[in-house]
Amino acid sequence: MTTATTMTATAAPTPVDLTPDTRHGRAYWAVVDCWNVVRRTLLNYRRQPLAILWVLGFPIVSVLLYGFVFGSAMRVPGGGDYREFLMPGMFATTMAFGFMNTATTVVTDVGKGVVDRFRSMPMAPSAVTTGRGVADLLVATAELTILAATALAIGWNSDGGLPATLLAFGLLLLLRFSLIWVGVWCGLVLPNAEAAGALYAVIFPLTMVSSVYVAPSLMPAWLAPVAAWNPISSTVTATRELFGNPGAGGGSWVEQNAVLMAFVWPLAITAVFLPLAVRRFQALSR
Amino acid sequence: MDTPAVLAEGLRKRYGGRTRKGGAFALAGFDLAVSPGTVHGLLGPNGAGKTTAVRVLATLLKSDGGRAEVAGLDVARDPRGVRARIGLAGQYAAVDEGLTGRQNLDLFGRLFHLGARRARDRATELLDRFDLAEAADKGAGTYSGGMRRRLDLAASMILAPDVLFLDEPTTGLDPRGRGEVWDAVRTLVEGGTTVLLTTQYLDEADRLASRITVMDRGRAIADDTPDGLKNRVGGDRIEVVVTERADLAAAREIVARVGDGEPTVDAPERRLHAPVTDRVDALTEVARSLRDERIVVEDIGLRRPSLDDVFLTLTGHRTDEENR
Repeated sequence: MTTATTMTATAAPTPVDLTPDTRHGRAYWAVVDCWNVVRRTLLNYRRQPLAILWVLGFPIVSVLLYGFVFGSAMRVPGGGDYREFLMPGMFATTMAFGFMNTATTVVTDVGKGVVDRFRSMPMAPSAVTTGRGVADLLVATAELTILAATALAIGWNSDGGLPATLLAFGLLLLLRFSLIWVGVWCGLVLPNAEAAGALYAVIFPLTMVSSVYVAPSLMPAWLAPVAAWNPISSTVTATRELFGNPGAGGGSWVEQNAVLMAFVWPLAITAVFLPLAVRRFQALSR
Repeated sequence: MDTPAVLAEGLRKRYGGRTRKGGAFALAGFDLAVSPGTVHGLLGPNGAGKTTAVRVLATLLKSDGGRAEVAGLDVARDPRGVRARIGLAGQYAAVDEGLTGRQNLDLFGRLFHLGARRARDRATELLDRFDLAEAADKGAGTYSGGMRRRLDLAASMILAPDVLFLDEPTTGLDPRGRGEVWDAVRTLVEGGTTVLLTTQYLDEADRLASRITVMDRGRAIADDTPDGLKNRVGGDRIEVVVTERADLAAAREIVARVGDGEPTVDAPERRLHAPVTDRVDALTEVARSLRDERIVVEDIGLRRPSLDDVFLTLTGHRTDEENR
């Protein structure tokens, strides 16, 4: 047949042996597959570097808007520079908004059939989600690095010493880590990317009613506890404390134990949403 | 027949407790046997259960009853074994638009556990084979619809699978893109791959498949060659619409001479049609005779049976009644 001859003519000169590599065990492949799923995300970013700038757009605009436009009208309890007060909040806000990114990518991958293709392949099924998680943490680290550089440029500083500073960034990544599972779960539950976009309506007020922009002690009495018990507030207050930035602490128990709560909240969120996300992922085959 | 490449026996699938209108089952005792090395069409309207059947066979969904084998392996007992022997291309091109064609294939090759070097070689080979070599290092986001589907097909072919599942591979493509995908599928079969193709178009199944299973409400209601299926419906028809109703009788005479059966006359519409085999000869003959007898026609042509006709014949209801 004519097509058969064309096929031979165009086939690669060296025939490829297509036997999958079976020399290694499941654990090995779980790691390698995870890394390849991570590579996929990083390659996507490399070709679309604007995507990271887009994620950073909001906090950078917020820094300028709140720091410079509203800054003079803002009060920091106990005194201090508002921009110094604001930066830990911006770090945490960026981490919190990151979960939208996770949700959107997951919902798009499900919709486009990428998840189905992965699941129809002999790769480790866990890699689909672990790869997502590791990639998101790497991206979050890049975001924090760029944001911290911006912060240093406008006069923010950490006075807490190296171990405390590293712990603070660790806590920020821990918050992001816990929200990955919320994002994966949302991405598997929601019907499409447009619906994932509507998550803004949830996360936006959640970052406002917190200690990010204004200390809860300055809020009305009924709102202050809500803001203080917001998981984002715990990370913000804890990092303020560790960075030695103004406005840390507060009257309530949850504010006094911010560093503890900055561990407790993300671990609790993970404990709830990681199993939910895994269950939801397994439910794809039911 | 050899051991079937794909075998389904009494497959049942019920969706999460929710009862659907017209039956709670997406699959209600579905049977299928696909001979190795052939293209088998799975034809049916939306909601007939085609995609559910493919998802069960490709290990993406667990069935609630019955059993299925792919490449001789039980899909429920050895899903990993099945996954190493199948390829799947779904209704959308599951490729990364942010990656180049080459990066896409390279990535899938690594995830198929070929290792870096073999994955790279295989990517180059498949880009050549699917006529994408020129666009290999451009972002897949810049590809046309047909190119994207071809890249998707290439990705499903990385391990040269025994069985390839194509779920409505040309839905949403323009005629050119559709032709490109059809050519690619023919190439695959020449390489020995068994293809199970779902489609809503009889035309597509007719062009590609050597055997067609018609699905309705989660069951196989017919399993035949394309010709056998069309013969059941009556095959191609010649259709004439005359301008004057008075000419109907004379036109009927002419059509009866070339047709395979008695012409059907629709007097109020001034329309008549009859089954034919020698399509072009029949059309030429009828047109010449009508002109010789000075019968003015409003329309004359060959009509191929559509999926609607197949359905109407096999089930007694039309495809569009399915989703009500």
